[in-house]
Amino acid sequence: METGKPARSRDTLDRRHEGIESKVEGFNDRARRALEDEFLHESVARFTKKSVASRQAALERLPEAPELRETAYRIKQETMANLDRYLEQLAGAVEERGGKVFFASDGEEVVNYVGELARRRGSKVVTKSKSMATEEIELNRRLEESYGELGLEIIETDLGEWIAQLAGDHPSHIVAPIVHMNRHQIADVLSGVAGEALPPNVEDLLQFARKRLREKFLAADIGITGVNFGVAETGTICTVTNEGNGRLVSSVPPVHVAVMGIEKVIPKLEDLSVFTRILGRSSTGQDLSVYTNLVTGPRQEGELDGPEEFHLILMDNGRSDLLGTEFEEALYCIRCGACLNVCPVYRQTGGHAYGSTYSGPIGAVITPLLKGNEEAKDLPHASSLCGACTEACPVGIPLHELLLKLRNRQVDEGLAGKGQSVAFKGFENTMKSPALYKISGKVGRMAQKPLVKDGKIGRKLPGPLAGWTGTRDLPALAKKPFRELWREGI
Amino acid sequence: MFIPCYVDLVYPEVGVSVVRVLRRLGVEVTYPEGQTCCGQPAFNSGFFEEARTVARHFLDVFESEECDYVVCPSGSCATMASHYYPLVFEGLAGERARSEALGARVREFSDFLVNVLGVRELGARHAGKAVFHCGCHQRRELGVLEEPRELLRDVEGLDLLEWRNEELCCGFGGTFSVKMPDVSTAMADEKIRALEESGADTLISGDSSCLMHLEGRLQRTGPATRVYHLAQILDTEDGEVV
Ligand code: SF4
Repeated sequence: METGKPARSRDTLDRRHEGIESKVEGFNDRARRALEDEFLHESVARFTKKSVASRQAALERLPEAPELRETAYRIKQETMANLDRYLEQLAGAVEERGGKVFFASDGEEVVNYVGELARRRGSKVVTKSKSMATEEIELNRRLEESYGELGLEIIETDLGEWIAQLAGDHPSHIVAPIVHMNRHQIADVLSGVAGEALPPNVEDLLQFARKRLREKFLAADIGITGVNFGVAETGTICTVTNEGNGRLVSSVPPVHVAVMGIEKVIPKLEDLSVFTRILGRSSTGQDLSVYTNLVTGPRQEGELDGPEEFHLILMDNGRSDLLGTEFEEALYCIRCGACLNVCPVYRQTGGHAYGSTYSGPIGAVITPLLKGNEEAKDLPHASSLCGACTEACPVGIPLHELLLKLRNRQVDEGLAGKGQSVAFKGFENTMKSPALYKISGKVGRMAQKPLVKDGKIGRKLPGPLAGWTGTRDLPALAKKPFRELWREGI
Repeated sequence: MFIPCYVDLVYPEVGVSVVRVLRRLGVEVTYPEGQTCCGQPAFNSGFFEEARTVARHFLDVFESEECDYVVCPSGSCATMASHYYPLVFEGLAGERARSEALGARVREFSDFLVNVLGVRELGARHAGKAVFHCGCHQRRELGVLEEPRELLRDVEGLDLLEWRNEELCCGFGGTFSVKMPDVSTAMADEKIRALEESGADTLISGDSSCLMHLEGRLQRTGPATRVYHLAQILDTEDGEVV
């Protein structure tokens, strides 16, 4: 079996075809690229390690964390059971304060709403604060494509998002979008904008970014923000940031558009204190994020600031399909990023390996649910099911169980592939019959003979065991199984 | 006693040590010979129906055995039978109830020793500098984290070391190790780096599956390390693993 080629290149070639079959470039391909990128690997490990430590310290300062988790879960559960009602209540409250509300069933409708609004207002400059919902529907790209004639300049104002946007890149972490970039890469990107070489020094880069972004904040015609929580009772929109850009986006331009996934509604203002207490702690280890911004409609008479127009877009985009299903809990997510930080898979690969807006365990759960299997068939398998995500989730989403259920759904839909299906039928038949099990053991012991040396299989095998034996030795079956030793007497 | 299929076929010596330790403590050990597997490989891959058949067989075998407890030298398989069977039998009230009743009697080996028998000291002796890897199911689903350490701390001559990021998964994850081989291997490599840094010469776990993964990788790239199941260390005679 040995050939003259160097082991390494043969390894790389063969492994391209292992793992899960997928028509599109799969998790394995992208993960492999990430693993080869030493910087990325180290930087993700460093960042996640720091986040995990600060989260733990923050939770230690909050003895009621376990109860808060249960309360948060219950609030979400109750909200989802009555989602229609709460959304109507929220919309009513926003309208009462003079805001406009639009229900968008998908990304297309969001794009068109914002595009037409910009046309009506004759807008040129649009500032945005961080919003996963608009990332999910690729709002920027689609606005530029569908409304090219308006010549809109759309600027992300979260520092990380802005740099990603300038670099033509996507965020790789819900909370820290450019955890995958180093300061030299960042300096290169910003130098391109500055038209001169900026030193790769954090303070200088920050100063430059601050100055540039200030100009944009002031020039903006429309500000688009995401929404962390929408309070049904009062019509209050809560956005949480650490840079303060959310405020400048929502209050300086004459028009503020808030794009909110429908699952972000919470019933009462007092519920907000439950979520703000866990969000900062779980995400960055802060007792409270630096800016917790509450917006209740456009500028009212007698008020000194705030936008002339306020629009709330309630975006469904596949979410309502999950209501009442075994996957509903996936909608409880508050996008804190804790499950990414503790995930040993994310830690190795970073976010881009997931090939979707949402990465890590929650990304592996919601991407196939929102986008379908075609784009994300292998994501539910990108987990060792170690359960660290479930343990960390501040709202108690059983992430690893949802991954299991997604795997099961693929099997039920006939997507598991023939090889696997045959193998597990065989497994079932063997394991339900002690006699067959015994015979299989015997057959295995005979079959392995030519492969075993020193009690193990020490080289790469073709076929289904290639994935294992490519990088690890495999122990041989013992000469006598335990059951024989038991019979003989221990 | 439930000896998981891969322990039966690949690591029979672990089963032997379990029997010897239990007998030394005066436990009457039975081994129902109809047993095969808990069904976890199918379950973890999403083949719930196939897992159900195997789980049903498990229930039949152990329900008809006269015993107070079902002791299992694997945190992972013990978790399957005690925590996941209710999910496997979701919607099937009768079998779900059966699985819950039996599940309450299923105990991981160290859990049984410490929490049922109240054992602290076994008089084992083994020289070495060791780190303990707690399997993820045992840690997070069973919450049996301290018990194996307590037992190991009392082993004469054994220096139990701390190691970095000990809570991280070893990267085995059943079929994950074959479906996502690169990431799985990278996860093992991170554990192995931590092991090297700790200065340990021995790796111990309560799950032979994690050990199979880590040892398989160690044999390819890592430092020479002795790898044992907890039961083997507790079963040492004159300082030697039998
Ligand atoms: S699933 Fe839980 S831990 Fe992960 S981002 Fe959402 S809320 Fe945070």
